Amino acid sequence: MSLKIDQDHHRFRAIVRGKIRGNLKKYISHGELIGRKGKDLVSIPIPQIDIPRFRFGEKQTGGTGQGDGEPGDPLGGEEQEGDGTGKAGKDPGDHTLEVDVSLEELASILGEELALPDIQNKGKSKIINAKDRFTGIRRVGPESLRHFKRTYREALKRMVASGTFNPTNPVVIPMPDDKRYRSWKTQSEPVANAVIIYMMDVSGSMGDEQKEIVRIESFWIDAWLQSQYKGLETRYIIHDAAAREVDRDTFFRTRESGGTMISSAYKLCDQIINDHYPAAEWNIYPFHFSDGDNWSMDDTMVCIELLKKELLPKVNMFAYGQVESPYGSGQFIKDLRNQLATEESLVLSEIHDRDAIMGSIKDFLGKGK
Amino acid sequence: MSEYALRTELPRYLRNHQESIEKIARKYGLDPFPTVFEILTYDQMNELAAYGGFPTRYPHWRFGMEFEQLAKSHEYGLSKIYEMVINNTPAYAYLLEGNSMTDQKLVMAHVYAHVDFFKNNFCFRATDLDASGRITDPIRTPLPYEPNRKWIDKMANHGARVRRHMERYGVSRIEEFIDTCLSLDNLIDPWRKFTGEPAERKIGDGGPEAIEVPRLRSKDYMESFINPTEYLEEQKKKIEAQREKKRNFPEERVRDVLLFVLEHAPLDTWERDVLEVIREEAHYFVPQMQTKIMNEGWATYWHSRMMTEKILGPDEIIDYADNASGVLATAKGQLNPYKLGVELYRHIEERWNKGQFGKDWEDCDDFEIKRHWNMRLGLGMKKIFEVRSLYNDVTFIDEFLTPEFCIEHKMFTYAWSTRNGRFEIESREFQGIKDKLLFQLTNFGNPFIYVVDANFKNRSELLLQHDHQGTDLRHDYAQEALRALFRVWKRPVRIATIADGRPVHLCFDGKDASSEDV
Repeated sequence: MSLKIDQDHHRFRAIVRGKIRGNLKKYISHGELIGRKGKDLVSIPIPQIDIPRFRFGEKQTGGTGQGDGEPGDPLGGEEQEGDGTGKAGKDPGDHTLEVDVSLEELASILGEELALPDIQNKGKSKIINAKDRFTGIRRVGPESLRHFKRTYREALKRMVASGTFNPTNPVVIPMPDDKRYRSWKTQSEPVANAVIIYMMDVSGSMGDEQKEIVRIESFWIDAWLQSQYKGLETRYIIHDAAAREVDRDTFFRTRESGGTMISSAYKLCDQIINDHYPAAEWNIYPFHFSDGDNWSMDDTMVCIELLKKELLPKVNMFAYGQVESPYGSGQFIKDLRNQLATEESLVLSEIHDRDAIMGSIKDFLGKGK
Repeated sequence: MSEYALRTELPRYLRNHQESIEKIARKYGLDPFPTVFEILTYDQMNELAAYGGFPTRYPHWRFGMEFEQLAKSHEYGLSKIYEMVINNTPAYAYLLEGNSMTDQKLVMAHVYAHVDFFKNNFCFRATDLDASGRITDPIRTPLPYEPNRKWIDKMANHGARVRRHMERYGVSRIEEFIDTCLSLDNLIDPWRKFTGEPAERKIGDGGPEAIEVPRLRSKDYMESFINPTEYLEEQKKKIEAQREKKRNFPEERVRDVLLFVLEHAPLDTWERDVLEVIREEAHYFVPQMQTKIMNEGWATYWHSRMMTEKILGPDEIIDYADNASGVLATAKGQLNPYKLGVELYRHIEERWNKGQFGKDWEDCDDFEIKRHWNMRLGLGMKKIFEVRSLYNDVTFIDEFLTPEFCIEHKMFTYAWSTRNGRFEIESREFQGIKDKLLFQLTNFGNPFIYVVDANFKNRSELLLQHDHQGTDLRHDYAQEALRALFRVWKRPVRIATIADGRPVHLCFDGKDASSEDV
C-alpha cells in the first residue's frame, strides 16, 4: 500500500545518502559499515538529522529522575532519551539511526565518491544479463510513462480531423484516447564473469590491526566488483611459509607464526586459475596483502618470475597491497617496483593505517581494469 | 467530520464498546468533545504519528525521518504506538488494528480523558479558531463554550499552501526555507494569546519631551547676539536628529521573535506565508507541551479507574495489569510523565479528601499528627477536576509537589559529572528537585530569547538577547540558528549571551560566524 509519507521518506533517504557521502571516509575507517546483515543489506548507523535551534548545552543542565541510588551513583546508562517531560535539550546530538543500504547502493556511493571508472570487460562469457529499454510507444501504460509530445500530437490530429481545432485560439485538449505511453522491451546481453582471489600473509608479523585493514579493504573491493560483474566469485588463500586455500571465515581469523614465502601463494593462485578460470573467459583479480617481509631475496625473485611469466598475462589486474606493520621490513613492494615497473596490470599500494584505505581502494580500482 | 479525515470506520463491535465507554466517562463527570475513532494498520499508524497525528501536512523530510524511526522501532519490537488522539473538533483518535480487545478498551478510556482535558484545560483555549480558521482570543469566549478547533482542515490547508509554493518555486527552495523556519520555531511567546495584543500607545501622552537647547549665559540685551535664533534652530534640529537615531526599535524587548521577524523582516510573499504556517503550527503544539504531565496523568488516572471499576471482565484483568505496568514503568531512573502525573492527581485527591491542606495543615510540625490527619472532607474529586481546568505543568508541580511525595516516589536530581564523565545522582533534597523540575518545564526547557534591537549600530542589524539563567547556549547550534535567522532577516544578526562566564555576542554576518567579547 502506498502512503502519503512515502514522498517525505524518500526525501529523507536522499538526504541521508548525501550524508553518507560526506562522511564516507569516516565510516569506513571505523569499520562500521562492515556489519553485513541479512542477504544483501548493510546496516549503517548514521547521525539523525537534528534541526539546530537555540537551546541549552546538555551537560550543564542535568535533570530530575526517579529510583534507587545514593548521590554520586551513576544514572542508569549514560543515555538520556525518551522521557518526554519536555526537559532541556534531552537529546545529546549524537543519536544514531540505523539505515539499511543495499550493497548495490553502497557500491554506487563508493563509485561516485572515489570517481571510479566502470570496468572494461576483458572476455565475454555466456552468462546472460536482462535489461529493459524503452523502444516504442503504446496506447496503455502508467501515467508516469506518458509521452507528452506524442499525446498532444494525437490530440491535435483528432481535433483537426473532427474540425474542433480553432487556429485563432489553438487550444489542444487531450482525451483519454489520445494518451500515448512509452513502452519497453527486455533485451539480453552477455556479461562477463569475474573472480577475485584474495591472498593474505598470515605470518607472525601480521597483527590484528593489519588484518582488520585487509578485511575492511576487501569488503569494499567486493562491493565494488560485485556492482560491476554479475556472478562474481571469490577465492581465499592464506600463506606463511606454505599456502593453502581457505574459506572466507578462516581467511580473516587465522593467525600463524611461521615465516613468509610469498611465492607459495602465487603458485597456488596460478594453479587455481589454470584449473578453474580460463583466462579467455574470466576477468581475474588477484589481490595480495602482506606486510612486505619476505623470507629471502631468492623467493622474491621466484615471485617476480611467476608474475612476469604466468600471472600477469592472465589477469585483468594484479593488486598488491602492503600493510604497514611494526615488524615488517616492507622490502617486497620496493623489489616489485624495481623489477616490474613496466607491467601495466600490476598495481601497487601502500596502506599505512586505516585512514589510507580509501586512497588504496582508489589506487586499485581507479584504473578501470 | 473533516473532509481530510481517513474515514476508516470502526467495526460494529468496537463501536458498541466506544458507545458504552463514552457513557461511562460522562457518568464519571468527564466532559469530552464528540470523538471519532478510526482503526489503522501499523504503517498507517506510523505515518500518522510521523505527521503528529494529522492525515495531511506540508511536505517535509523530517516527517519521513520520524516515520523511519517509528517503523524501525516497531519492526524491531522496541516500541509500539498504542493510541493517538488529536485536539480537534470533533476529536480524532486512532486505534491500532490487531491490538487485543482489552487494549482497545483501555485506549478508548484513555482517549476520552484526553479529550476531556483538551476541552476543559484552559491552555488549550489558545487553539480555538474562528469561522475563518484564525486563532481567536482565548479569554473572551462566549458561553456556552462551543469551541471550533478544525485543525485537521487547517493543517491540510497549510499543506496545500506550501505545496503551491513548491510547485511555483521548486521543492528544494521551499524545503530549505522550512528548515530555516524550523530552526527558529521555538522563539515564540507561548503565552501570547493570553497576554493579549500589546496596547496601542496613546498619541500625545508621554510623547517626546520639548527640546530645550542649552544656551550660553547672557545679559538680556546681549541675548540675540550670543544666542542668535538661527543658531538655536540649528541646534534644535541637531538634537532632534540625534534623538531620532537613539530611538529604539523595538521600544521594549519582544518575546515573540518569530512574530517580530514576520512583521518586520523584508520577506518575499511566499517566505512570509511559509513562516506564518510554521509559526501557527508551533502555537498549536504549545498547549500539549505545557500540560504533558497533567494531560497524561489525567488520562492514566481515568483509564485506570474506568477500567478497573466498570469495564474490565475478570478474564481481562491480567492483560490490563501487564499493559498498565508497562505504561507506568520508570526505566533507568527516568521520570515518566504518565507516572508522575497520575500519582500527583492521586496525591491531591487523597489530601483533599482528608483535608490535608490550608493553614492548619501547613503550620503543623508534628509528623505523627500529619500522618493520621483525616478530616473526612471528601473534596478530592472536586479538587482534581478543578486542577485539570486551571493548571498547567508548571503551576501543577509548583503547587502540589510536596516533600512527602518526593520521598515516597524516590525522586532525585542528577547532573553531569565532569570527573567521571557520566550523569550522576546529585541529591534528594526537596527544594532542589522542585527547582530543577520547574526549570525543565518552564518554557519547555528552551532558553528565553528576546529581540532587543532591530537597528543595531544603526545598520538594521538584529540583536537578540538571551536571558542567561545559569545555563549556556549550545554553541554550535546557536551559530546554526543565527545562520537561519540571517536567512530571514537578511542583515547581520547577533545574540547577546554568556559563554563560560563571559558576556559575548555570537554573530553571523552572512559569511562568517564569530563570537565577540563585549
